[in-house]
Amino acid sequence: MIIKQISVFLENKPGTLAEVLSVLDRHNINLRAMSVADTADFGILRLVVNEPDKVEQALKGASLAVKTTPVLAMKVSDKPGGLLAEVKKLTTAGINIEYVYAFAAPAAEEARVVLKVDDLAKAEKVLKGDKAAEGGEGPNFYW
Amino acid sequence: MFWNKPIETMNRPELAAVQTTRLRDTIDRVYRQVPFFRSRMQAAGLLPEDIASLEDLARLPFTTKQDMRDNYPYGLFAVPLAEIVRIHASSGTTGKPTVVGYTKRDIGIWSEVMARTLTAAGANRQSFIQVAYGYGLFTGGLGVHYGAELVGASVIPVSSGNTARQIMLMKDFGTTLLACTPSYALYIAETLGEMGLEPKDLSLRAGVFGAEPWSERMRKEIEERLAIKAIDIYGLSEIIGPGVASECECQDGLHINEDHFYPEIINPQTGETLPDGEKGELVLTTITKEGMPMIRYRTRDLTVLTHKPCACGRTLVRMGKVLGRSDDMLIIRGVNVFPSQVETVLLGLGETSPYYQLIVDREDNLDKLTVLVEVTESMFSDEVRRLETLEHKIEAALGSVLGVTAQVRLVGPKSIERSEGKAKRVIDNRKL
Repeated sequence: MIIKQISVFLENKPGTLAEVLSVLDRHNINLRAMSVADTADFGILRLVVNEPDKVEQALKGASLAVKTTPVLAMKVSDKPGGLLAEVKKLTTAGINIEYVYAFAAPAAEEARVVLKVDDLAKAEKVLKGDKAAEGGEGPNFYW
Repeated sequence: MFWNKPIETMNRPELAAVQTTRLRDTIDRVYRQVPFFRSRMQAAGLLPEDIASLEDLARLPFTTKQDMRDNYPYGLFAVPLAEIVRIHASSGTTGKPTVVGYTKRDIGIWSEVMARTLTAAGANRQSFIQVAYGYGLFTGGLGVHYGAELVGASVIPVSSGNTARQIMLMKDFGTTLLACTPSYALYIAETLGEMGLEPKDLSLRAGVFGAEPWSERMRKEIEERLAIKAIDIYGLSEIIGPGVASECECQDGLHINEDHFYPEIINPQTGETLPDGEKGELVLTTITKEGMPMIRYRTRDLTVLTHKPCACGRTLVRMGKVLGRSDDMLIIRGVNVFPSQVETVLLGLGETSPYYQLIVDREDNLDKLTVLVEVTESMFSDEVRRLETLEHKIEAALGSVLGVTAQVRLVGPKSIERSEGKAKRVIDNRKL
């Protein structure tokens, strides 16, 4: 399914991540997933949360550069080759993956993968009907 | 050592007489030939004959860099373009350069004042003068070059850059006098050490250094590390280039070649003329130039004047080392940079906020400019490469307008300090 991912610009200096996390904490937001892409000068923090619109407003209110990007979220089985099967489908359809981050939930025997792709609609279609694609819970899903 | 002893040691009343005649001639000429100056004088209700003495000069309006921009490129020239034999330019604040033109006679005057400068630094026919100022539109390289040729020295026109090669030539050709920016001189000294050479491996005796502000501490360091006498020189393309003023062997203030350039010190806020010894902005009037005479040009350089006799015997007035600027101009690697130029570039790109800051550092004796730019929502992307592309785009645009390389660093929104008055656009960490 397509979900809203929140990206935040982080200056490369001590305390910037803590600043973002304390905003989330003040608004009682629980993080579902996160990753940081870093360069020599700055980083981009990417977040998946249960109330993306509220979080976006809260972070903007704290004078941070924030952007909401639609990304693909999917569930894969937590076993060897689980992700490969799904990625192959996208590759076969000629979809380019711009970035990806993933994490496993061993208790549920499944893993969650967030993908930024160049053709979101097509990617969703390719994975649709497949058990792997998340679905049914609306945009404000909760993992 | 004097190049032109009769002029350089002329008594004050005689010099004033020469200046008065030349000033009146200049005013007469610009009134007739330059519509800009004529309308300025008319607006002030002045005719050329109203400027009869040096004191009357203060009745004339100032000329500024903005006036040069408004008359770009040839509007301030006082001779037909066919008489112009050379064009130079310095970087302008809006991307357009500040253009200056010289007649054949102007080039002769320039050579003369530079010959005085080089002779005061100890140059003569036996000297080997290495010109490590940039050649081209910048006046430094060719200004020193023509002066050195007039002296009859052997000129080595290497221009700037390629330091290891500079040093090799210095060693092999027996360079006795080096001309470059003071920060480049220090860099040369450092590279000399890295190459395993010492000053005694060279024949260097003196250097003439200008185009950027430098301190006594820096002079001491250059003198020790290169085992030379370091002479401060001053000039600006709007007036002629290098050669407006230079130190003698006493190294106690720069003698202004006031038989060609008439100096005043003013209060930069009120425009009122200040007496000897009071710090203010240097204002210069060219009294011999043909191609592009300048009337009361505001240099924006802060300094003091003294008419006290100098131990060298020169009677020419001395200006102190430049103490700073009355505007926000920075000199980075000899190039004039205004924060407003950065603003123009950023706004021109249409993607960035008007919040920016210039940070100047000196690393390995070279100036380094970093421009902090606040990230706005519209330019922010969740993709690293897009932001990096934007950084490079800003860097390229700044580089082409400023004429110096600037490193762009994106910073968070509202992270640059807001000020209620004048924005703090510049953090200059250089220790001069």
